[in-house]
Amino acid sequence: MATTEFRVWRGDSSGGELKSYQVDVGPGYVVLDAIHQIQAEQANDLAVRWNCKAGKCGSCSAEINGSPRLMCMTRVDQLPTDQPITVEPMRTFPTVKDLVTDVSWNYEVKKSIMPFRPTKPDAADGTWRMDQYDVERPQEFRKCIECFLCQDVCHVLRDHHMHAEFAGPRHYIFVAQLEMNPIDTGDRVAHLREELGIGYCNITKCCTKVCPEHITITDNAIIPLKERVVDRAYDPVAKLLGVGKSEPRG
Amino acid sequence: MSQHQILEHDVIVIGAGGAGLRAAIEAAAKGAKVGLVCKSLLGKAHTVMAEGGVAAALSNADERDNWKVHFADTMRGGQYLNSWRMAELHAKEAPDRVRELEAWGALLDRTPDGRMNQRNFGGHKYPRLAHVGDRTGLEMIRTLQDHGIHQGIDVHMEVTVTKLLMDGDRCVGAFAYDRERGRFRVFKAKAVVLATGGIGRAYLVTSNSWEYSGDGHALAYDAGAELVDMEFVQFHPTGMVWPPSVRGILVTEGVRGEGGVLKNKDGRRFMFDDIPPLYQGQTAETPEEGWRYVIGDKNARRPPELLTRDHVARKIVKEVREGRGSPHGGVFLDIAWIKQNIKDSEAHIRKKLPSMYHQFKELAGIDITKEPMEVGPTTHYVMGGIRVEPDSQMSTTVKGLFAAGECGAGLHGANRLGGNSLSDLLVFGKRAGEYAAKFAAESSPVQIGADQIDLAATEALAPLERDAGADVGPFKLQYELQTLMQEKAGISREEKELTEALNAIRELKSRADEMGCGGSREYNPGWHTALDLQNLLTVSEAVALAARERKESRGAHARSDYQDKDKTWGTFNLVLRKAKDGSMEIRREPISPIRQDLQDIIKEQG
Repeated sequence: MATTEFRVWRGDSSGGELKSYQVDVGPGYVVLDAIHQIQAEQANDLAVRWNCKAGKCGSCSAEINGSPRLMCMTRVDQLPTDQPITVEPMRTFPTVKDLVTDVSWNYEVKKSIMPFRPTKPDAADGTWRMDQYDVERPQEFRKCIECFLCQDVCHVLRDHHMHAEFAGPRHYIFVAQLEMNPIDTGDRVAHLREELGIGYCNITKCCTKVCPEHITITDNAIIPLKERVVDRAYDPVAKLLGVGKSEPRG
Repeated sequence: MSQHQILEHDVIVIGAGGAGLRAAIEAAAKGAKVGLVCKSLLGKAHTVMAEGGVAAALSNADERDNWKVHFADTMRGGQYLNSWRMAELHAKEAPDRVRELEAWGALLDRTPDGRMNQRNFGGHKYPRLAHVGDRTGLEMIRTLQDHGIHQGIDVHMEVTVTKLLMDGDRCVGAFAYDRERGRFRVFKAKAVVLATGGIGRAYLVTSNSWEYSGDGHALAYDAGAELVDMEFVQFHPTGMVWPPSVRGILVTEGVRGEGGVLKNKDGRRFMFDDIPPLYQGQTAETPEEGWRYVIGDKNARRPPELLTRDHVARKIVKEVREGRGSPHGGVFLDIAWIKQNIKDSEAHIRKKLPSMYHQFKELAGIDITKEPMEVGPTTHYVMGGIRVEPDSQMSTTVKGLFAAGECGAGLHGANRLGGNSLSDLLVFGKRAGEYAAKFAAESSPVQIGADQIDLAATEALAPLERDAGADVGPFKLQYELQTLMQEKAGISREEKELTEALNAIRELKSRADEMGCGGSREYNPGWHTALDLQNLLTVSEAVALAARERKESRGAHARSDYQDKDKTWGTFNLVLRKAKDGSMEIRREPISPIRQDLQDIIKEQG
């Protein structure tokens, strides 16, 4: 069993620092195992969020050696061993304590988005017929585990702090799965442009790179949504005819 | 006087997994002002871990299926200790509850003609599980969450309830703290719904997260509710076993549903060696017939890997004990072999079981499309829980207290069928919400004495005020309890060990009462664990006491000193209640005779 140095950020909203802990790393250890060992043996009050420990709930997001990752899916033996491993909270969100951040802003943004609005059922038994091919496209976005790592890495939020004008990649794929749902009737295109600020995204694809679910956020969701916004808002023919102005959302 | 915020609702729902969300949605739809308390962030509850699917007799994949077959399968799986009324309601209402999810935005996998597809699972006669790959639970919780946030429900995230508040024999609220700052909240409510999930954290090897410390079970028990069937803890046959850091993480039954087979170190499909009498006519006799079943041949019977979880788990333990296990103390689960029968099997496996592929690849370095997995039993689910009236889900002894999902009991009897938990939480979550709203509308305003609140605050602060050096600390004490339960009240049990477990639990209790946790009230996992430990101790005692009492082997409860099923023991459930002197009281509750028309269904289904 190798002893490895972990440098874990300890502190709260008033500030903090990296503290060093020695961990006996067992076979197959993930970073969350190391954090749990520290918590059980050296610092009972070390604050961390986690639930499933299997990459399915998206609770244990952190910055490991500076990269946004899930602690439960990051194997210690795949990190460089010649230097200490640093574990810090997501920096795009306000710190609560240690590795725990205040992600409540994400829940507020989601609530502001027009919910699913189905068509009338098209089958006699009161349900819908949908083709597997048609559901697969939105299903990709419904794999999202809401870990908010894409939000953490996005420079519009991280560096420019545009939380008031920009919804972030998580919410663009949320809108995308609604817009691409074969039986949804809602129209969120004007909302995307005006309140959700999709225009600020300049397609650096950082979100796609960090997604632990490997969702092709930029290519499959953001770009098609941007195209819909552009078609609607800047179509010269529509402009001449005076149609396609933003409609009220509900 | 304690410092606390008071929040008033008609209905307060404690727990925000599938059952809690469904209950909150229903109560709000009935006009109640609803509060929803979740221990973690919204959408992170254990429902996200459910993989294989939700059981409902939609008869999309096989037109022979209907509620009667589902009812009979559930009763057979539960070895007839189930509440037959709950099993009836569940089988009848599950299809509507699942269809409703689509109206709220769920996108489940389709049949070629565009309906919801259904897959095979253990103990279900026909393909019955509606699903999305192997992430059905995520689809369900997200659907309920995204629908729920628009229903005017007040959501309280990262808030933990430590005590139910009472007015005589009626439950009128809950005392809680928030994780962020450790501030106290008093929820006043005309009706309270518990939907706190299970007790898996009482064991060392478990698929459950830190949250599953039996909170609802213990809160209800302390408030005077009855617990029933607590001896029945489901050990899921297939958890990961290697590397040690992932031991216990779930490997979905969907792997076997898609054709995965279990083999010992000699390559033998040992599940063919022992078919229980209840399933002899329903099980394939050859591997060839088993495969035909997997690919949908209606004349074929299911392979023995798809027998009920209790049986499969025991057979795996037997192989390991008799020296035929895999290198790390499990057996082999092989899905890669289907390449013999399916073209492009690797893509097929990745498509059908994407998160299993991902999980093994990332955590164990195993490519399941090419090599077998190593698996062994893991603590997964508790069939036992709060004893409720079948139709309303209200506690049999505490007025105004409702329970749904895993913390409620009755539907599953001695063993739960895979896929029946997701349908359970939809059917009975809805019912609990509906009846809680009705109870609230018909009941008088609520009074909570200040002394009760002060006592709850004192108890909650106690671990912080005691000397942190007095014992080994909350995490290590919890570890001692988990080791104890794993060794002495686990998958195979006997009188002597269960008595030792009970004595040790009592000793741990007194140590927990002396233990300090250190740190402050602000997001302090040591403090939270110290408080959760009290609940774990209560449910551990309940499991060990009921397990010692039931002197037979049935369903998930296996006694090495009473290896056979006993007819007399099949006529009653074991019910636990807190006695006046604070001790745990156990009694035998006769099972009411199954209604004649339901008996006829059981007979017809053979």
